[in-house]
Amino acid sequence: MSSVPLLQMRAISRSFPGVRALDGVDFTVRAGEIHALMGENGAGKSTLIKVLTGIYPHESGQVIFDGREIKPRSPSHAQSLGVSTVYQEVNLVPTLSVAENFFLGREPRNLLGIKWRQIKRRSRAALEKLNIHIDVSRELGSYSVAIQQMVAIARALDVPATKLLVLDEPTSSLDSGEVKRLFDVMRTLRGQGLGIVFVTHFLDQVYSVSDRITVLRNGRLVGEYPIAELPRAELIGRMMGRDLAAFEKEAAKHETPAPAPAPMAPTPAAAHDGVIDYTGGGPRTQIFLQARGMARKGCIEPFDLTVQEGEIVGLAGLLGSGRTEIARLLFGIDRPSQGQLLIDNQQTYVGSPREAIRRRFGFIPEDRKTQGIIPNLTVRENVILALQSSRGWTKFFSPAKQRAIADKYIKALGIATPDADALVKNLSGGNQQKVILARWLASDPRLLILDEPTRGIDVGAKAEIQKLILALVREGKAILFISSELEEVVRCCDRVAVLRDRVKIGELTGDQINEQTIIRTIAGDAA
Amino acid sequence: MSVPTDPISTADPAASSSSSQRYTRRRRVPPIVWPLIALVLIFIILGFSVDPQHRMSSFISVVDNAAPVMLLALGMTLVIATGGIDLSVGAIMALSGMVAAMLITQRGWPVPLAVSAALTAGALAGAWNGFLVAVVRIPPLVATLVLMYAGRGVAMLLSQGQHVRVNSAWFDFIGGGFLLGLPFSIWIVIATLVAITLLTRRTAIGLFIESVGDNPIAARYAGVNAVGVKFSVYVVSGLCSAMAGLIAASDIREADANLIGLYKELDAILAVVIGGTSLAGGRFSLVGSIIGALIVQAVTTTILTRGVLPEMTQVVKAVVVIAVALLQSAPFVRMVASPFRGRAGATSRGSAP
Repeated sequence: MSSVPLLQMRAISRSFPGVRALDGVDFTVRAGEIHALMGENGAGKSTLIKVLTGIYPHESGQVIFDGREIKPRSPSHAQSLGVSTVYQEVNLVPTLSVAENFFLGREPRNLLGIKWRQIKRRSRAALEKLNIHIDVSRELGSYSVAIQQMVAIARALDVPATKLLVLDEPTSSLDSGEVKRLFDVMRTLRGQGLGIVFVTHFLDQVYSVSDRITVLRNGRLVGEYPIAELPRAELIGRMMGRDLAAFEKEAAKHETPAPAPAPMAPTPAAAHDGVIDYTGGGPRTQIFLQARGMARKGCIEPFDLTVQEGEIVGLAGLLGSGRTEIARLLFGIDRPSQGQLLIDNQQTYVGSPREAIRRRFGFIPEDRKTQGIIPNLTVRENVILALQSSRGWTKFFSPAKQRAIADKYIKALGIATPDADALVKNLSGGNQQKVILARWLASDPRLLILDEPTRGIDVGAKAEIQKLILALVREGKAILFISSELEEVVRCCDRVAVLRDRVKIGELTGDQINEQTIIRTIAGDAA
Repeated sequence: MSVPTDPISTADPAASSSSSQRYTRRRRVPPIVWPLIALVLIFIILGFSVDPQHRMSSFISVVDNAAPVMLLALGMTLVIATGGIDLSVGAIMALSGMVAAMLITQRGWPVPLAVSAALTAGALAGAWNGFLVAVVRIPPLVATLVLMYAGRGVAMLLSQGQHVRVNSAWFDFIGGGFLLGLPFSIWIVIATLVAITLLTRRTAIGLFIESVGDNPIAARYAGVNAVGVKFSVYVVSGLCSAMAGLIAASDIREADANLIGLYKELDAILAVVIGGTSLAGGRFSLVGSIIGALIVQAVTTTILTRGVLPEMTQVVKAVVVIAVALLQSAPFVRMVASPFRGRAGATSRGSAP
């Protein structure tokens, strides 16, 4: 394996309105290596890839490829320079044949038209080089996604100049056999001296195929490590912005340092005093929701989960580990393929968000902009919406009554808005999130499912929302809390279910709830 | 966290945030003002195009002739607000007109009964559209295309391709009668406008329609019954189309499956868009659509009275469509406005101490 740098990206920066997506990131790939690019949501992985493939120009920094500086202007320009990319979704035409797809847009021609025979022969040869033996005249769509992905890779490699192959989450729709096949191809290519950038969020796959890992977080470089020098737990810690080695030292002090941005409400001591017997339904607590062996094919493996009244249950895990999938199943957005759901110990079936709301669930979705707010309606209408839809269309709140309800929550949650009739889209992210929270509080839910409720909002609003969540739970509401920020999970939750690669792998209670144990559990080497 | 300030009581404009400024400005000029100004301008042009003694009657004829399109536009407004479109309204006009005419002329049904049957036919046609869009989830453009063809086809099958004359004083009254000095068709429009306004603004339906149109995913997560909402707006649109069809058939005292309502779906969509309801869905304005329909009709009448070739109406409508589309396109508005804004910015920067 050579150690000559094939690609060097130096101090790359790129901003979007309101976000610094990349802040002086260095990224180096050597010829003949598989280099995993890792990071949580918003880490800057996809922006870095887009800079490399010419979709976004970089604002500062240098890209040195194969010994000279390049400034890719478009994916096809990048390809002609030697950087080929295969995206998560296969960007080919399923109704054309494999061979046609292979030469799509660059068909070899002569005076009489396209040279079909040559197309077939060359595409077959190119696939055989990757050890894929298929009938290239059949429709692409008749083959599995894995084969389609291979065709896309073979097509990318057919450009003679290709020296660097970028695979952007190529495995997210593949099963384990298909993944193995893809990895064989990747190893073959590595043997031929190609540099491969591998973007994924599946840890097992990173460790089984990569040589080196670069970790990004919040648009910054965390570090570059040879695979052998970065154990799984360390990797997870770095992705989540936690230095595990530092923890080990802190562990002696028996207290995790809480760099709290604002004075928090006292940690819910009542909930932390010993492990709660949540299976028997003790005298102090009432089980609200119980999932037994619920699962959805391809989304989440069977899991058990219990949420009691007056309790915050956290879901911890990396991006793509199945956290959001559980939330969607419980709220009736997706239908489970197996398992049972019990509410108040009664077996029920929640087939839609409407039914979930009828059972007094509330759900703050992960993506506020596309799933939470109704942007062109007023704060008042956004607050009233869930309550009004559960009352039906005839029991209408007059605008005056709506305003009274909205004003109450604007005051209670401290929503910064000129008045209740301002359009929600003109509010800041934190205040939009408070509006969504107000929407659910107004409908007085018994269970609130919060999927990343503090993502992308400023520190002050974050602390306020956390405080509100803790206040709600003291009122006896049941809360399911999803967050990528470990510190937040540790501070708020009474119990934490840990997920990895779409499987619930454990549950932590009481003293076990600290960042170190969560990271170790995700890594699979918990004590 | 600062206490929410009341923008009106804030004496110093610099103290209020930019979002509140934008907001108060929006309240000062409601979007309905622009189509209203356009309508007044067109009426002034029309006023100068005719003899002074005919001025009033030509205004009334604009309003009278606009009645079918106004009705279509009312139903279309709700459909468009949910993010949909209804291409079948013209065909439903033909169908309902035919149902009424045949029941009166060939079966001898009393007019009120025949009219109810025609309205039921319109509602059923709308329910079919609603079923395809809301339940089967066929894209509205395709789903309503079905009846755009089939509606007229069914009307022709019913009459075996014949025009059906109607000789009934009561039926004539629908499109030609007067009540308290106003054409009866205008009373129908007013009653429909009031009924739909009450339905959407005195119940939660308006809120549900706007949330489904503005962000369908968020509306679903908030528990809004999107299927029910979408289904009902197509039924309302079908009913409105049936009323429009009755007026159109009454006007010419016969049902003609080939001609009644022909291309009226386009006029209705144009009226809604001129009235300020975005084709992307969300916020809607019923009064805006009524004004839009009046503009469409006033343009047609003005062209006819000025003695320009009738073929020109299509060209003028096309120009109106382009103008409206450009005004609603954010990049275009920014492009046109930027030199002005740049100059204004430069002046203010220059005058700053």
